[in-house]
This record gives sequence, C-alpha cells and structure tokens, in this order.
Amino acid sequence: MFPRPIETATRPVSIAYKVALPIALIIWLLPLIAVALTSIRSAGDINAGNYWGWPTDFHLLENYTAIFENTPIGQYILNSFKVTIPTVIGAVALSCMTGFALAVYGFRGNLLVFFMFIAGNFVPFQILMVPVRDLTLQLGIYNTITGLALFHIAFQTGFCTLFMRNFIKALPRELIEAARVEGVSEIRIFWYVVLPLMKPAIAALSVLIFTFIWNDYFWATVLTQGADTQPITAGLYSLNGQWVAAWHLVSAGSIVAALPPVLMFFLMQRHFIAGLTLGAVK
Amino acid sequence: MAAFWKRNQQKLAPWLFLLPGVAMFLIYVIIPIFQSIDISFYAWDGLGEKVWVGLGNYVELFGDEAFYTSLKNNVIWLVLYMLALPAGLFVALFLNQTVRGIRIYKSLFFFPFVISQVVVGLVFSWFYDPSNGLLNLALQALGFEPVPVLADENWVTYGIIAAGLWPQTAYCMILYLTGLNAIDPEQIEAARLDNARGWKMLWYVVLPQLRPATFIAVVVTVIGALRSFDLVSIMTDGGPWGSSRVLAFYMYEQAFSEYGFRMGYGAAIAVVLFAIMMVYIVGFLWKMYRDERGGR
Repeated sequence: MFPRPIETATRPVSIAYKVALPIALIIWLLPLIAVALTSIRSAGDINAGNYWGWPTDFHLLENYTAIFENTPIGQYILNSFKVTIPTVIGAVALSCMTGFALAVYGFRGNLLVFFMFIAGNFVPFQILMVPVRDLTLQLGIYNTITGLALFHIAFQTGFCTLFMRNFIKALPRELIEAARVEGVSEIRIFWYVVLPLMKPAIAALSVLIFTFIWNDYFWATVLTQGADTQPITAGLYSLNGQWVAAWHLVSAGSIVAALPPVLMFFLMQRHFIAGLTLGAVK
Repeated sequence: MAAFWKRNQQKLAPWLFLLPGVAMFLIYVIIPIFQSIDISFYAWDGLGEKVWVGLGNYVELFGDEAFYTSLKNNVIWLVLYMLALPAGLFVALFLNQTVRGIRIYKSLFFFPFVISQVVVGLVFSWFYDPSNGLLNLALQALGFEPVPVLADENWVTYGIIAAGLWPQTAYCMILYLTGLNAIDPEQIEAARLDNARGWKMLWYVVLPQLRPATFIAVVVTVIGALRSFDLVSIMTDGGPWGSSRVLAFYMYEQAFSEYGFRMGYGAAIAVVLFAIMMVYIVGFLWKMYRDERGGR
C-alpha cells in the first residue's frame, strides 16, 4: 500500500493525521458550508451584513418554504425529473443493445461504429447547437420536455455504448457460445443470457446518467425557455437574476437543486464510482 | 422468411441491435457536426434565407478581438485545468488510508463533483462576493485589500477556473483512489526492501502503475476545460466587458444573443473549438485502436 499505512507510523504522526482529516475536509467544503449556513439566515441578517456571525434567528423553514411558495422552483424540479428519468431509461436501453452488438459480433465495420460513438461523445456541444435546435424546431418539439429528453438520450448513448460494450466484452464468451450450440436464437441470448449479467453495468450507468442530465445546463438553455419546461439548472439561473443580493434565497435554491443528485450518489455510491472510474484500472 | 432468419441471424442480429441507437446518434450528433461546418460558410439569422459567404466568417474571426480573448482564455483554461491532476493525486494520497470512517471522508471529498456546475458557480460567486464573501473577509483579516474577483478583468478568468478546479480535482481524486487501490502491493514491498521511499517511490514505482488513471484523468480534464460554458455563463455572463469569455460561451453569445442571431458566425467559432478538440479525440481513438489491436 502506498503511502505507508498510518497505523504503522509513530503515535504522534497517527494522531496528527486523524486531526488533519476533519480540518482538511472543512476547508475543502468551506464554500458549500457557507452556502448551507446562509440558506438558514433571515433577510434581516443579510441586510444587516451579518453573514458570518451567529444567525440572530434560524429561518430554515421560512427560507425553504419561501422559495417554494414564491417561485416556480417546484415546477423546475418536476421538469428536471421529467427530463432525467426518461433519458436514463432511453439511453441505457439503447446502449444495452448497441453495446451487445459491438461486443459480441465481429462484423465488418464494428470498430468504425464503436469509434463513431466514442468520438461523438467527446465533441464540444457548441458544434451541435445550431443544427440540433433547428431540428427540434422543425419537429415541433422546441421548448418541450420531449425535445430536450430526445436529444439527451441520443447524446448519452455515445458514452453508454462505450461503457456497455467494454462491460459485455469482459463477460465469459463461453456462455454465449454454449447457448448458440443449444440453438438459442440471438435475440433470446441477448435477453436471457447477457442482459441478466448486465445488472451492475445498468445500475452504474443509471446513476451516472441521472447525475449528468440533472446537472445539464447548456442544453436546457438551448432547447427550452420559461418555467413550464425548464429544468432546475436553468431555473436557478433565472431565479438568481430575480433574487439580486437575496443570498439566503439563492443559497436555499442551490441546496434544493443539489439535493437529488447528492442523494443518488450516497445511495448508490459503489455503482456511481464504478461507473466513473471505468478504465482507470487495467 | 423464418428459414432465412434462421440461416442469417448471426449476420443480421448485430445490425438490428444497433439500428435504434445508431439512428438516434447519427441524427442528433454525427449529422449536426457536418451541418454546423456547412452553416459556417453562410450568413444566417436562423429564420430567413442563408446567404453564402464562403470563408467570410472565418476571415472575420481573424480580425475579431473578442475571438482572440476567448481563444486566449481557452488556452489558460486548458493549462490551469491540468492542475486538477496533481491536486487530485495529492488528495488521493492523503486519503488512501484505512483509518476508521475514511470511506465517509472519501465520499465527502468527492461531493463537489456530484453537484451541478450551476450550483458550483453560485457557491463561488457568493464566496467571491466583494463586500461579504468569505474570500474577501479572509483577505481583509490578513490585512490585504479586498479583490472583486469577478468584476476585475485581470482576475475574473482565474477566479472562474478556480471554481471549476474544485469539482475537477474531486473527479481526478476518485480516479487516482481507484488506481491506488489496484496497485500491486508486492511491487511496493519489493521497492521498500530496496530502500525506495517518498518521492522516489512515487515517481518510479507508483506513478507508472497509475498510468491508466492518469490517462483517463487527462482526457476528462481536457474535455472539461474545453466545455467550460456553465461556470462562465453563471458567474459572469462573459463579463466584465467580455473578458472572461471562452470559445464555447462566445459561440453561444453570437448565435443567440440579444445582439441578434448570427448562426453562421457562431458555427464558425464552434468549428474552431471542434478542431481543437479533434486533436484530442484523434489521440484518444488512436490509443484505443492500439489497445484493441494489442488485445486480440
């Protein structure tokens, strides 16, 4: 193990390490802690410039209720879910199939199709912006949840295919060969042999894509406008414009927006990290 | 029909499985790349007729000071974003222990990557706030003049990059933690017997084994740097006086801003950004190609 385990160090070093850990963490998360503390302050404190002292009184409920009552933040959150959940299902479903095809069959052009997905996954969004917006307008789904989700499904299929293909490639090939010898059709092999083995990959991708799409801001501003369709990221941007210097409200809004992916991460941590660190280990 | 399917299913099945995914990807990703390149040769407001201007948009770029500012900022982003690698490695080495509760520490250090860049941007705007932000209170406590980071054209880009480095470092950290976990303990022990320690151990024994993690970290960091749009849009909207623009943001501004829709010009900026990214994409594909061939 590197560095040397701290247990083998001298006692003072070991104690110093255990003291340094929480201090480092607090410094690391300081900007976030500041926001969390600001979100429970009263407007009076903010106006009086009491940002960092002890709050004169705690406005946890007031502030969080205020943002839900006075702004469409509830609607924004709902929109985020409406975009994110279908995207997760769509992109994972499509990439189970593409990943299976690219991992199992050695047809001509296999690598070419695979590389198309990888390359497309890396392009800057701006090169897609004008044509995708135009296409969405022409299909009559500009400023709809469907329009946004369709694009996300298509784009995320690139990353998901890379992931799924490598995952299936690492499965034992004998399983598929054995099923073929038994005369099982290719579609049944996919459904009954390979798909059940893909559960960990599906879980990992689902949490990752959930976080990516929940946090998307660029496409939300390009393909939607207004509180009826915009997700929370774009919503926060416009609320930030209305809440000039009302930092307690901005902070509360930020915390609310950050909560779903944070919960997702904590509940599915193992899968999340497995997905993110794909390829980091040979 | 059934007999035909039975005979040829191994040839046909891959294409059937690929069809929906490939079709979606072609329509929404691959074809738009070429359409954008095409649009970059026209003057177009997004509604009326396109007017062919040949290389006109690109010629205009050469004389456009805002373009150079954006390009310069993109280079600064690319260079400084790389700090996420050593920083991430440092944090990973710090946390690669087995003391009680270390798992929860690792997850909390990873936190900034999970939250949206919009939130990161707002958090840091608050942190930089000239009158009451934590940064300036700290500066004043140390006896320095407060710096209005986001309103000062010399500081603004660095301020935004610092905000971006926060989640990016967390990402690199998790990559390196995973890499450190997979290091061969026997090699480390053998090196220890040979009296390797500290920096030497890190440089000659540990880092070579972390190469796959470093590779992925470079790829995601370069992409992160070139995709820097969210933070610029949230924290400064490109200001003050356009000094914090990057290509991704300038493109958006030109294509749909209050100054009118200049789709062709925007597309030309996007093509330049795409060309820069293409260098990295080709490098990545080349490495994958070698791995695939070698893996057979």
